[in-house]
Amino acid sequence: MINFSFDGKAYTAQEGDTLAAALLRNGIGLVGRSFKYHRPRGIMTAGVEEPNALVTVGEGGRAEPNTRATDVFVYEGLVAKSQNRWPNLSFDVGAVLGLAAPALSAGFYYKTFFGSAKKWMFYEYFIRKAAGLGNAPTQADPDRFSHRAAFCDVLIVGAGPAGLQAALDAAEAGKRVILVEQDNILGASLIRDPQELDAAWIEVTAARIRAAGGRILPRTTASGYWEHDLVTLTQRLSEPGQVPANSVAQRLWHVRAGQVILATGSIERPMAFAHNDRPGVMLSQAVRSYVQRFGVVPGKRVVIATNNDDAYKTAQTLKDAGAQIVAILDARPAPAGANSGHRVYNDAVPLLTKGARHCLKSVSALVDGKTMEWDADLLAVSGGFTPVVHLHMQAGGTLDWNEDAQAFIPASSRQNVTTIGRAAEPQAIFKMVPVSSPKKSFIDFQNDVTLADVDLAWAEGYRSVEHLKRYTTLGMATDQGKLSNMAALGRLAEKQGVAIPEAGLTTFRPPYTPVTMGLIAGAGAKDAGAHVRRLALYDLHAAKNPIWQPLGYWFRPRAYPNGGESLAQAAMREAKAVRNNVGMTDVSTLAKFEVSGPDAAAFLEIICATTVSKLAVGRGRYTFMLREDGFVFDDGTVWRLDENRYLLTSSTGGADRMATHISYVRQYLCPHLRVSAVNVQEHHAGLAIAGPKAKAVVDALIGTPAPRHMSTEPATIAGTPVLVLAASYSGERAFEIYVDANQAKAVWAACEAHVQAEGGCLYGLEAMEFLRIEKGHLVVGGEVDGRMTPHDLALDKMLNKAGGYIGASGLVRPALSEGGRRQLVGLEAIEGDIPEGSMLIPREGASPQGHVSAAAFRIIEGGSVALGQLVDGFSRHGEILIASSPTRGQKARVRVVAPHFYDPAGERYRD
Amino acid sequence: MMLIPCPHCGPRAQSEFIYERTVDSVVPLDAPSQEAMTKLFTRNNPRGVDDEIWRHTYGCRAWMILTRHRVTNEISGCRAIGPEALL
Repeated sequence: MINFSFDGKAYTAQEGDTLAAALLRNGIGLVGRSFKYHRPRGIMTAGVEEPNALVTVGEGGRAEPNTRATDVFVYEGLVAKSQNRWPNLSFDVGAVLGLAAPALSAGFYYKTFFGSAKKWMFYEYFIRKAAGLGNAPTQADPDRFSHRAAFCDVLIVGAGPAGLQAALDAAEAGKRVILVEQDNILGASLIRDPQELDAAWIEVTAARIRAAGGRILPRTTASGYWEHDLVTLTQRLSEPGQVPANSVAQRLWHVRAGQVILATGSIERPMAFAHNDRPGVMLSQAVRSYVQRFGVVPGKRVVIATNNDDAYKTAQTLKDAGAQIVAILDARPAPAGANSGHRVYNDAVPLLTKGARHCLKSVSALVDGKTMEWDADLLAVSGGFTPVVHLHMQAGGTLDWNEDAQAFIPASSRQNVTTIGRAAEPQAIFKMVPVSSPKKSFIDFQNDVTLADVDLAWAEGYRSVEHLKRYTTLGMATDQGKLSNMAALGRLAEKQGVAIPEAGLTTFRPPYTPVTMGLIAGAGAKDAGAHVRRLALYDLHAAKNPIWQPLGYWFRPRAYPNGGESLAQAAMREAKAVRNNVGMTDVSTLAKFEVSGPDAAAFLEIICATTVSKLAVGRGRYTFMLREDGFVFDDGTVWRLDENRYLLTSSTGGADRMATHISYVRQYLCPHLRVSAVNVQEHHAGLAIAGPKAKAVVDALIGTPAPRHMSTEPATIAGTPVLVLAASYSGERAFEIYVDANQAKAVWAACEAHVQAEGGCLYGLEAMEFLRIEKGHLVVGGEVDGRMTPHDLALDKMLNKAGGYIGASGLVRPALSEGGRRQLVGLEAIEGDIPEGSMLIPREGASPQGHVSAAAFRIIEGGSVALGQLVDGFSRHGEILIASSPTRGQKARVRVVAPHFYDPAGERYRD
Repeated sequence: MMLIPCPHCGPRAQSEFIYERTVDSVVPLDAPSQEAMTKLFTRNNPRGVDDEIWRHTYGCRAWMILTRHRVTNEISGCRAIGPEALL
């Protein structure tokens, strides 16, 4: 006995019950409300194809909306709630929409909401409330989801009679076998038809498969078939809403299989007649499942409607269970086979059901041209069988039409996949045509699409099955049309006057059944979404409790606040220390490449758009790199360490892109060059010391005079070999010191002690941003935004006149040197503070002529300044513009100036 | 997810590789401007077999040319490129 609740009321279930079985066991017929018309709906199937009985299972972050009651096994304490109803399931205000059904036909949205956007915004609020499924949980999912990769010789999907036999044969032939079954027990059709092969056979077969080394995964769905025989499996380790036994709720498998065998069986089809969606109308095989598997008899007075032999098994099962078979309505014109002992009507098709909200009361049918009616509380329907070809089609397969079964069956495939069992050979049926009441004859139960909607779409000119699908939303619900597509195709073919195969098919897309987003994210969810690389000096920074900022894959200190300082206060204090005294910062994350060999300079002059070969040993220079189309994509410095050895630095954020670019050029474009280009980004840790006293600090640290601006020298600090580069990003005299990352801590500590002895301090990225903006230095991702040429950034004088660099041939395009391009300018506020990311307009209401890429304040004098890109900006210095940010609701009046607010001649860092 | 036969490592999952570009879109270093722009912006998009440059980024990091059918993903060849392939 298991306790569970549905809509707040306590019930009990039997061990092994699905929620649907447990609800039926407790006499609950009404389980949900339909998507559009809020029609009362019950349980129609016993499998994953269930379109009606959708519930929310679980609570809080564990809640799983739109769970099929037929696809969740009851556990102690399960909490289920019905959906899409208010105030409650029995009395649902939204059901008045059903009365308005004629107005809510196919294409309702397209026809109704072509007015103004405002009108739509108004309606949308009510429509979103009224239409829909369960609510997504707002709390974080407390469970874990894991991924696993596996390989096998043969993957078998479906553990019915065909799948079990195939798995046994393969396993005993010595193949590595994985057998998956979406149900929590094996057997599939044998569970409802145990007279064919009983439970003992299933058990023995499974034991033999395992004994031969085969792996059997129950409660696991093959949800997607991808290229080269990769199949994704979604394995439930706990039921929806259940607390997992070992914290992992579900597992996603990536299985690369040598061969895939699909034994996926078939799904029974409903029939189209008036009010065929009423609680109490159930698929015939589902009825058999509830009786045979769960011992639940869903009705006492039963009418069966069929066009095939299979439903007679249901009649027998029900009779054995004590139910009364009122009538069998067989669409076939003549009796089939031996007398079954039931009251059989031939040439009989259902017309209409009547009943109350919770139940079915009577069934009418057209029998041999005459209308008849029976009192009944259950109508078991069998409209034929649709082979489950989803995986076959996802694998790129084709289909054949089987006329006897009125069904598509798998034909060829370009992948190594075969289909066996009922999925390949569905049972024969009699082709029937719906007779009446298209407006109340539902074909897509989940999206409330009727035959009339298909007719309307046709009348309005929708001829292709793809258009039909999108216009009516048929097959677009979470069940992806498992029950509905064939009915719609039949109707469309009938309208077109063609055979069904000529009407075409929509595309089968993964996943076969809905997959929760957390499972796809797997361990990448939550904090592990992006991997974090730790700075070599992480511990030293962390001890100072800085404000961290993500940069590329790293977190770097943004500022080191003292006491109660804000970010802005701390950054300004640090920037002032650099301007007035000395500061020190971690620059370890800069991209770094060591390029060596006889052709090193030639190689660098292909990568870089500036000259390199003229550098003397021990000297360095600023450089930048172009894309093939001539636009700047990164910048940095290049240093000649030795005759044939260079160090190239570039931006942190572009490091991986630059590494790939350098490798591509080296390996693909220049395989003949005698050069080696090694990524040493994380091999060296780096720090920068900047400020008027920087030289004194470095002199003392290395015991010899520090190198002059744009020179480099090897040295020793704290007994550790280092490389000192004299380069300035801040605008002050500055040095970058690089050291083996594993020995960086001692060097950092020695440098910090000297900086502090001079009254200096550490500075973070925010102060660095203030300093470089004031100086007018570029940042990749800011001013270098992929749309600027060297000319736009005033870098054109540095271009290598000999050409030969990547981007040279793109740069000569005439459009890149015509007027009207945005060019780098400085902006000085004359009223207000310049908002970050604002646009530049000549007057209110005018079109933007540029934008602000970085805004800051003068560090010593104060006042708002910015770098921006302005159309023809070089020739507009002195103009007054408005920097306006409508999204921030801020604006400032600005004067266009040269992009150097501090020491334009560079006197502060030269010797 | 395709299974790519890396010439150095053997068959590996596509997630270990990055795609660079098609061979026909490679801009030679000495290409005149017009040719370079044609390579970049007027690419072929054949419904059939094409040669593509891939890199085994999360494996041996080598570059290779993969011959792939763009509709069926059938891979008919994968050869190594780079300085070592010249030897």
